[in-house]
Amino acid sequence: MDNYPALIVVAPLLAALFAGIAAWIEERLSYPIAVIGLAISTFSAIMTLMTVIASGTIHYRMAGWAPPMGIEYRIDLLNAMVLLLVSGIAFLNLIASYKSVEQETSDRAGSFYTIYLLFVTGLLGVTATGDLFNLYVLIEITSLTSYAMVALGDKDRGPLASLNYVFIGVIGASFYLLGVGYLYLITGSLNMMDVAGILPALKGSSTVLVAFILCMIGVWIKMALFPMHVWLPNAYSYSPVAFARMVAPLMTKVMVYVMIRLMVTVFGFEYIFETLNIADAVVWLATLAILAGGVMALAQKNLKKMLTYIIVCEIGYMVGGAWMGNQLGMTGAILHILNDAIMTFALFLAVGNMVYKLKKVDLTDLKGLFGKMPWTMTGFVLAAFSIIGVPPTCGFFSKWYLILGALEKGAYHFAAALIISSLICAVLFFKVFEICFFEPMSEGHGHGESHSQVAIEEAPISMLIITGFVSLSLIVVGLYSGTIVNTIILPFLK
Amino acid sequence: METIVSVKPLLAVLVTLFVIPILVSSSSKPNVRESWIFIAGTIKLLLVLSMLPVILEGKQIVLTLFEIAPGAAIAFRVDGLGMLFAIVAASLYLVTSVYSIGYMRGLDEHGQTRFVSFFALAISATIGAAFSANLMTLYLFYEVLSLATYPLVTHHQDANSRLSGRRYLTFILGTSIGLVLPAMIYCYSVTGTLEFSTAGIFAAGELSKPAATVLLLMFVFGFAKAGIMPFHTWLPAAMVAPTPVSALLHAVAVVKVGVFSIVRIITGIFGVELLSEFNLGVMVMTIASVTILVSSCIALSQDELKRRLAFSTISQLSYIVFGVALLTPQGLLGGVIHIAMHAFGKITLFFCAGAIFVATGKKYISQMSGLGKKMPFTFAAFFIGALGVIGLPPSGGFYSKWNLILGTLEAQQTIFMLVLLLSSFLNAFYFLPIIYKGFFGKSEEEGDGPVKIQEANLCLLIPLMFTAFISIVLFFYPTVFVKLINIGLGLL
Repeated sequence: MDNYPALIVVAPLLAALFAGIAAWIEERLSYPIAVIGLAISTFSAIMTLMTVIASGTIHYRMAGWAPPMGIEYRIDLLNAMVLLLVSGIAFLNLIASYKSVEQETSDRAGSFYTIYLLFVTGLLGVTATGDLFNLYVLIEITSLTSYAMVALGDKDRGPLASLNYVFIGVIGASFYLLGVGYLYLITGSLNMMDVAGILPALKGSSTVLVAFILCMIGVWIKMALFPMHVWLPNAYSYSPVAFARMVAPLMTKVMVYVMIRLMVTVFGFEYIFETLNIADAVVWLATLAILAGGVMALAQKNLKKMLTYIIVCEIGYMVGGAWMGNQLGMTGAILHILNDAIMTFALFLAVGNMVYKLKKVDLTDLKGLFGKMPWTMTGFVLAAFSIIGVPPTCGFFSKWYLILGALEKGAYHFAAALIISSLICAVLFFKVFEICFFEPMSEGHGHGESHSQVAIEEAPISMLIITGFVSLSLIVVGLYSGTIVNTIILPFLK
Repeated sequence: METIVSVKPLLAVLVTLFVIPILVSSSSKPNVRESWIFIAGTIKLLLVLSMLPVILEGKQIVLTLFEIAPGAAIAFRVDGLGMLFAIVAASLYLVTSVYSIGYMRGLDEHGQTRFVSFFALAISATIGAAFSANLMTLYLFYEVLSLATYPLVTHHQDANSRLSGRRYLTFILGTSIGLVLPAMIYCYSVTGTLEFSTAGIFAAGELSKPAATVLLLMFVFGFAKAGIMPFHTWLPAAMVAPTPVSALLHAVAVVKVGVFSIVRIITGIFGVELLSEFNLGVMVMTIASVTILVSSCIALSQDELKRRLAFSTISQLSYIVFGVALLTPQGLLGGVIHIAMHAFGKITLFFCAGAIFVATGKKYISQMSGLGKKMPFTFAAFFIGALGVIGLPPSGGFYSKWNLILGTLEAQQTIFMLVLLLSSFLNAFYFLPIIYKGFFGKSEEEGDGPVKIQEANLCLLIPLMFTAFISIVLFFYPTVFVKLINIGLGLL
């Protein structure tokens, strides 16, 4: 079927519409509608990825209008992969969300699922589109829905976090829009391929330079690159856990995708690394982001907050890799989009299970958790190892490429930052493990096979299955890194 | 060299991994659980041994699992060295499993299912490290082993083990991420491969002497499981673990994986020729010598038996590094074969320490005088184990020390020969008094009448006598191991 690319985005959009209507009539219907919508979307994403691998880039014209006038979806290996990632995570998270939503936002379940679907639609659109202005509109759709979601969360802190997020988010979007405006001014086109064809002739133009810088700053704000990250920790930790589980792995990663798309497809490596002279500065910024994210994570007393700072740290990995200006670094950055999304998802799934049982996850609430929630903790441990970069989990392999890229370029500070961040993450997670494993302190020497057994109080089975599946996939994806690099990333970069 | 593709190395690694779910699900039935451990352990040993004839013929068994990047796959290659290490680890795992039942049940420890599960995981990783075909695979199993051992070290879950666990991780994980990982990636970025080969992976002129020095130091200190000073302090700290852990992991599996990794770096990554050309062997030998002597001296002052054994282990591990760093055939042989010889000797000593603790509750050497009369078999085994560590006949340890000394002569490093001799004296000083006092000393509570024999239970006694026995057997028949080393290092 030729319409799979459209279906990826249209299915959740229609589902959002129906779920919204259903919320008025019979709220219980919203959930199955959402599941069906995202299942279709995920399936279409799988089919599209297979088509792209087999027969190359797909150009899909909305309603048959030809570019540069019409809206074009251009799906190559890179966004086919990201599309599957987004729809897959959104789908899996939706399965795990049923119980969390029931517990957290049961009075507004209908609106929750509607906004959830709209958010996913926006992300998928951002990933699929081949049009610069369209990209702006879709970024705004994702942003607006996530403002709403954050406000649905924590009753005291949610609204303020949301407001903060709105202010900074709007600034970011304006930067990007301005950049696109400049580009349109000088090229007269908004289609990515079209613009890319025109730009080489305008090499020395300061308008292009301004456009590029504005677009980048806009995207960096949206992806929370240090020091533009201040909105992220509060927004993510005070939103409903069912939403945080999805937004944390996806939102920033999709924005990294947008950055790479602009760099590779629109402006081109030649322009960025030969005409402009800012790559070194950006790599330094990324280095700072990694270290700052790690250090700030160390200072946190709440598990959710801690993880949000790890996201800030991980963003530095991908930005640094992409700006390394060589194939190894870019390979690492793209592989890390995939890996980081999965491992952050796994971490937040585990945290979601904890929140379900414990209500709040300050580090001191986690005492004895290995005994109480052994399965959740197993998933958490695997995800943590992936963040630290222990083979064979996938986090190791993207770090491998990133460090290789840094060594090739001679960016030793970036390589050192990656190593240090591994060490910081090890400290961070073992701090958590220690609390879960040793506390509450037993009296003296714990003897007796049976008396120290703690009753197991696990999260619902639907959440556990998803947690288990995702954390095991960390190892599978890790072991197949070679295949992913050879079939998706390297052909894309050639 | 002829290679055979076979799935056996993978199975040998996985068998103890796949048994873990069964162990967990049979946690309420200890006898069922323990029989599964034996089944898995036996299968593992048989799988390892079934590869032995092929290896002795001079062939290698290979299996590539996942191609990560060119020259860096997750892959197995069974050669002589790996085979030697795997035989030692797999056979001692089986013995330790018996011992472990006696120990854990004798003390009525908590969390036994967790204990045996992580034990099985640790031994899987050990065999994986032994069979690794390249540095990336070795690193993978090295890290898995570090993490699998953590819950074993901190088994008691009290404040003391928490601190020890922290120290354990800081040193083991800190060095492997901070030193080995960058060094490994640097090697890969220079050469494009991490595949072990006796010629080394660096082409002529690819590596300058300063770069080689720094890399070598990063590896030698980075594989902190080998306990090279100053990265040794995790080992005495790890003695808070139950004795089976100290015995198998901290005298055999974990520490030997560290040493084994250094052996692989010297013989498989740099290659003996390159290091002799740069004259870097002496540097490593100096570092090892300092560790040998200093830790022997510290061992003298330890009153807690397990801690004394730990410092003795640190010094003995450096023998292996020392021998390999001699870079001569005799030195390499003496160093590598000490992996096996020391394993059987030291595990006997640890088994004895644990048996004494279970039978009498005594941990300190000062409490142990006169104990040999109550526990004659244990003390006899202790004596044999001690002979092995000191390096006296008729124990296997003599064979390795003999070759090490010949190696120093071969390399014309007479000063370093003195290090070995001095260390032997120190070893004798810290072991023999224990045995002497044990048999001939007077204990506080002892009356004048004949002493009743009060040995620990058979689950503890049989393993320690068995390993002591093997230690003697190895003195007379080291042939298989010698042949494996010669094949593995291409010395024939």
